[in-house]
Amino acid sequence: MTAALSVDRLEVVFDRFRALKGVSIEVQSGESFGLVGESGSGKSTLLRAIAGLAPAASGSITVNGKKLGTRRDKAFYREVQMVFQDPYGSLHPRQTVDRLLQEPLAIHGFADGEKRIQRALNEVGLGTGFRFRYSHQLSGGQRQRVAIARALILEPSILLLDEPTSALDASVQAEVLNLLEEIRRRRKLTFLMVSHDLAIITHMCERLMVMQNGEAVEHLTAGDLVERRVSKDYTRNLLRASEGFVRTA
Amino acid sequence: MSTLLEVDDLRVTFPTRTGRIEAVRGVSFSLGRERLGIVGESGSGKSQTGRAIMGLTPPQAEVTASKLAFDGIDLLAASPRDRRALRGKRIAMILQDPKYSLDPVMSIGRQIVETLRTHEKVGKAEARARALAMLEAVQIRDPARVFDLHPHEVSGGMGQRAMIAMMLIAGPEMMIADEPTSALDVTVQLDVLGILDRLVSERGMGLIFISHDLRLVSSFCDRVIVMYAGKVVEQLKASELGRAQHPYTRGLLNCMPKIGADRHPLPVLDRKPEWAA
Repeated sequence: MTAALSVDRLEVVFDRFRALKGVSIEVQSGESFGLVGESGSGKSTLLRAIAGLAPAASGSITVNGKKLGTRRDKAFYREVQMVFQDPYGSLHPRQTVDRLLQEPLAIHGFADGEKRIQRALNEVGLGTGFRFRYSHQLSGGQRQRVAIARALILEPSILLLDEPTSALDASVQAEVLNLLEEIRRRRKLTFLMVSHDLAIITHMCERLMVMQNGEAVEHLTAGDLVERRVSKDYTRNLLRASEGFVRTA
Repeated sequence: MSTLLEVDDLRVTFPTRTGRIEAVRGVSFSLGRERLGIVGESGSGKSQTGRAIMGLTPPQAEVTASKLAFDGIDLLAASPRDRRALRGKRIAMILQDPKYSLDPVMSIGRQIVETLRTHEKVGKAEARARALAMLEAVQIRDPARVFDLHPHEVSGGMGQRAMIAMMLIAGPEMMIADEPTSALDVTVQLDVLGILDRLVSERGMGLIFISHDLRLVSSFCDRVIVMYAGKVVEQLKASELGRAQHPYTRGLLNCMPKIGADRHPLPVLDRKPEWAA
């Protein structure tokens, strides 16, 4: 098995603040890998650095065996696409769903746009009835489905998911998580998923990395978490927090 | 148990271009000196219920109820002046995000002192001393330093503690907390809830805890009201959540991923039109 994505001692520095302090991960092709940590831990920065949205100060990122430079080319974005946290902020408010989905197709010069848009909309369970609506006419869950459709339309092999359900209600969250799992199974995608919720990560991912202050705290498998085989206090705190409030008498 | 708040058939209606929208449609409950959770999804009317009790409904909306009484005072008949005197003094509210609900151009200490001096006749020095004591009560380690900081200089957890301090300083009898920890990190969440829990039980306050997180609410509150489409679909003791009857409540509980439960795909809610009827 080859690594679909590997990050080696990546550093990201904003002014003088070191947001990522030499983080390394390796994600196998077809695997789902999770990043967990509290805000400011650098988990989103890692994702954004891979997508080319945050500057890497040192270290390297390799996608499907190809080392990335500072600029990402078009071929990269056909392999790697990202879904953002806030479905209210990540869709253009004055573009219809159709226009939103055509944008990536136009950039990459696809001719069979019509077919792809229909397919993508059907795949995320919206149907073509939503094609000429504006994002403000959609609910949060529907918007996130459009964002997923936009990411899928170029048929990437790797999806970067930055808290894709944290802005959604619990019941809608379940629907979107199910959709993501189904798409991954059908298309054999590789996921790199960020969340602050350990339960979501254990549900979605086979392996995960816990992060704090721009550093890796520990690497775990989903099974380790289920059986509470964690070695660091920070992870233990996260686990405790995920169990809800306990009154100390 | 003495009843602090009585709500009977509360309705909140918004006039819109496409007709009247009833955000809250006949909600009834009563609150003693206890912790009551109101749970529901976005749009279920849970926040509008809290706002109507507080008197913060937007002016274009219409609030009606056959009874809305706090400690025997009819809130709907009370003059704006009387309601203003109640707000902050006897009924307090904590909002979701300290970044938006604190005044950005005023130091945290001054905001707390302002609340106190609006409701009580106290001298400057005493007000400062009480504000510092209150900051200490919400477990802020260096109250004197935080007193002079502005909201943008503190973390979310610290901001929410300052918000709690501000709300508790006038010694309210009832507190409405609208998603007080949703904007915070999971680890900070529990600290803030712990502080809230201790202060509420020490002072014997009534608490209405509004949240979308059924599991969190049930671990924190004594009683839970579940709302759907502006109505109460189920009312139950938090300890008996496992025995919830309504399919919506059960669906909400079920659809959350749990560590150790291997369920693929997750069960989803099958919404029935009759739930909203």
